[in-house]
Amino acid sequence: MQPPIDHRPGAQIYGRAVFPHAHLTGISGLQPHEILFLLDEAEQWIEANRTRAKSDRRLDGLTQINAFFENSTRTLLSFEIAGKRMGADVVNMHAAQSSVKKGETLIDTAVTLNAMRADVIVIRHMSSGAVQLIADKVDCPVLNAGDGSHEHPTQALLDALTIRRRRGAIAHQRVVICGDILHSRVARSNILALTALAAEVRVVAPSTLMPAAIEKMHVTPFTDFDAALEGADVVMMLRLQNERMSGAFIPSTREYHLNYGLTPARLARAKPDALVMHPGPMNRGVEITSSVADMPGRSAITEQVEMGVAVRMACLDVLTRRARGVEGWA
Amino acid sequence: MNLTFANARLVCPEAGARAGDLHVVDGRIASEAGEGAQVVDCRGRILAPALIDLGVFAMDKAACRAGGIARIGLMPDQSPVLDGPGLVQRAADMGKPELWVHPIAAATRGLAGESLAEFATNAEAGARAVSTGRAWIADSGVMRRVLAYARDCGLTVITHAEDGGLTGSAVATEGETATRLGLPAAPAIAEALAVARDIMLAEQTGAAIHFRQLTTAAAFDLVRAARARGVAVSCGITPAHLLLSDINVTDFRTFARLSPPLRDEHDRQAALAALGDGTIDVLCSGHDPQGPEEKRLPFADATPGMAGATTLLALGLGLVRDERITLQRLFAMLSRTPARLLGIAAGSLEPGMPADLVLVDPDAPWQIDADRMPGKAGNTPFDGLPVQGKALRLFKGGSEVG
Repeated sequence: MQPPIDHRPGAQIYGRAVFPHAHLTGISGLQPHEILFLLDEAEQWIEANRTRAKSDRRLDGLTQINAFFENSTRTLLSFEIAGKRMGADVVNMHAAQSSVKKGETLIDTAVTLNAMRADVIVIRHMSSGAVQLIADKVDCPVLNAGDGSHEHPTQALLDALTIRRRRGAIAHQRVVICGDILHSRVARSNILALTALAAEVRVVAPSTLMPAAIEKMHVTPFTDFDAALEGADVVMMLRLQNERMSGAFIPSTREYHLNYGLTPARLARAKPDALVMHPGPMNRGVEITSSVADMPGRSAITEQVEMGVAVRMACLDVLTRRARGVEGWA
Repeated sequence: MNLTFANARLVCPEAGARAGDLHVVDGRIASEAGEGAQVVDCRGRILAPALIDLGVFAMDKAACRAGGIARIGLMPDQSPVLDGPGLVQRAADMGKPELWVHPIAAATRGLAGESLAEFATNAEAGARAVSTGRAWIADSGVMRRVLAYARDCGLTVITHAEDGGLTGSAVATEGETATRLGLPAAPAIAEALAVARDIMLAEQTGAAIHFRQLTTAAAFDLVRAARARGVAVSCGITPAHLLLSDINVTDFRTFARLSPPLRDEHDRQAALAALGDGTIDVLCSGHDPQGPEEKRLPFADATPGMAGATTLLALGLGLVRDERITLQRLFAMLSRTPARLLGIAAGSLEPGMPADLVLVDPDAPWQIDADRMPGKAGNTPFDGLPVQGKALRLFKGGSEVG
């Protein structure tokens, strides 16, 4: 098979790079064709990751800093693997062991990372808008790995890629997103990406976990999970954070499971071949039962993880093309 | 020194606007020229009572001078909190000689919302009102005692109207913008809930209550209804809530992080209507300068507040130009009514009043520039806005503030 290529014909529109953005801070602000371009770029890495010797040296000599101000295992690992597979020197900075704890401001941290001549910075932060704040202060591309309740763009891209590969298309798919919509950056980025690509999106949550005016984002809100599931092509469950489970937003995990847990009986309301997704990590027995999470042919949960690496490779590749002087991107 | 302001367009909140001369004798406005009066040719420009800014959080002389402000009602949210006579007296002396500082004492000790501060003692030390500060008093029993006791002392209670249980850790008004940005948000009715309770308590105790800022349609309706029943209720607003709405926090602009937060367009229009029909009594700056260490942060981590003293007059004149209010009413909102609420004889051009005067060129064009704002900080949500109207000269007690 062909080795992955750095850029393909059609990577330019009207003489400009098809993906003109310096950073990836969110799905908001991306055009549908730009989202599709990133998905197309990711496709090539899926096969490469599966079959050939997993080494590509295009990011050779570049320094990728993963600055994670909020704990994460899988997203951090995914970004680290993505960078290393393309030859980047990957450095992880954890908030727990950083000077952030000593009162250094976010801007000072950003300036410091910039002064170390990072070539790409991946950031996760607990405050909405924090990644944009850093992106405005540094010279290299910044990738948002999740900021507060705002956005988590690579998650939305990997979810869209999973849906496209498993369902054949994204347009006109009925996607049901169920869980803590109020606090979920995954939900927001997915809503933006899926509606941009013409999917029909339904969001399901108890009213205590549903943000105001969510219908302005062109989705249909439901409090009744069963009703929302009718005719669904994709059922995307969200993780319920521990601190929100006991009384503050919902009475108990038991009651949450009763109304919003994805069980085999409930899944039967969706289309017979409906896809089950979860961004992980799962609370088995709370938002999803193990039999559904592990259902062969229906659950795409491990595939999502695989797509995550491919999508993050594509994003790192695309965002560094200008600095690497790739033809058509300089 | 005696002065005569000649060829002025005099704007008095009480007597109205007229062209003519104004005399100042021994620091007070007089009906006839004093001996050896120096003549100031106003060249047809506006001469009005200097601004009295009710409810600012910092004493900022440079910003006040640029904004034509001669007196401020200083909020008790200082460090330390203005809850004792020594601190109140020190605050009252702080602005001399350029600026009159009228301290607003804390209603409860340490502004903790629990035990009453010494209202009468603090009033004797110079406090002109009592206030709950930036926060709401959650305990209705405490608030009732604050109002009852303030009535006994003849002091107005200045409150912040946001139900703390609903606002919690919110930094924005619930709605499409907050939802898209993923910001913690509270429903706008948090304000009306607080207003409804406080009006009922004020009505029952017979106290005079002033809501420093009201910003929602439901709250204005409550004030209208209460006033019709004869409750001594008044309210203020800043230009931000008249001219901006929650879409201005898009892109996480921390200069637009205010308390209360910016509202949706429906509430902004209601605020303009309440301005037009006289429901709103006071236009204030809410001056709260915050440097980059408080503002160059993620939106939810930034400190709320804006620097407003420098821009208050120009933005107010814009409301006149837009025919929302008359010039006379603007200066009533900027001087006479704040003076009345603070119980001070000022804010008018009547003979005998202190000669706190501002000479205004209402047409002078300039651009609001956050990087070049006079005063302690430039955290204005109006950065870049072209405006008209400048305070050319400012006089306090007949002496020019340089």
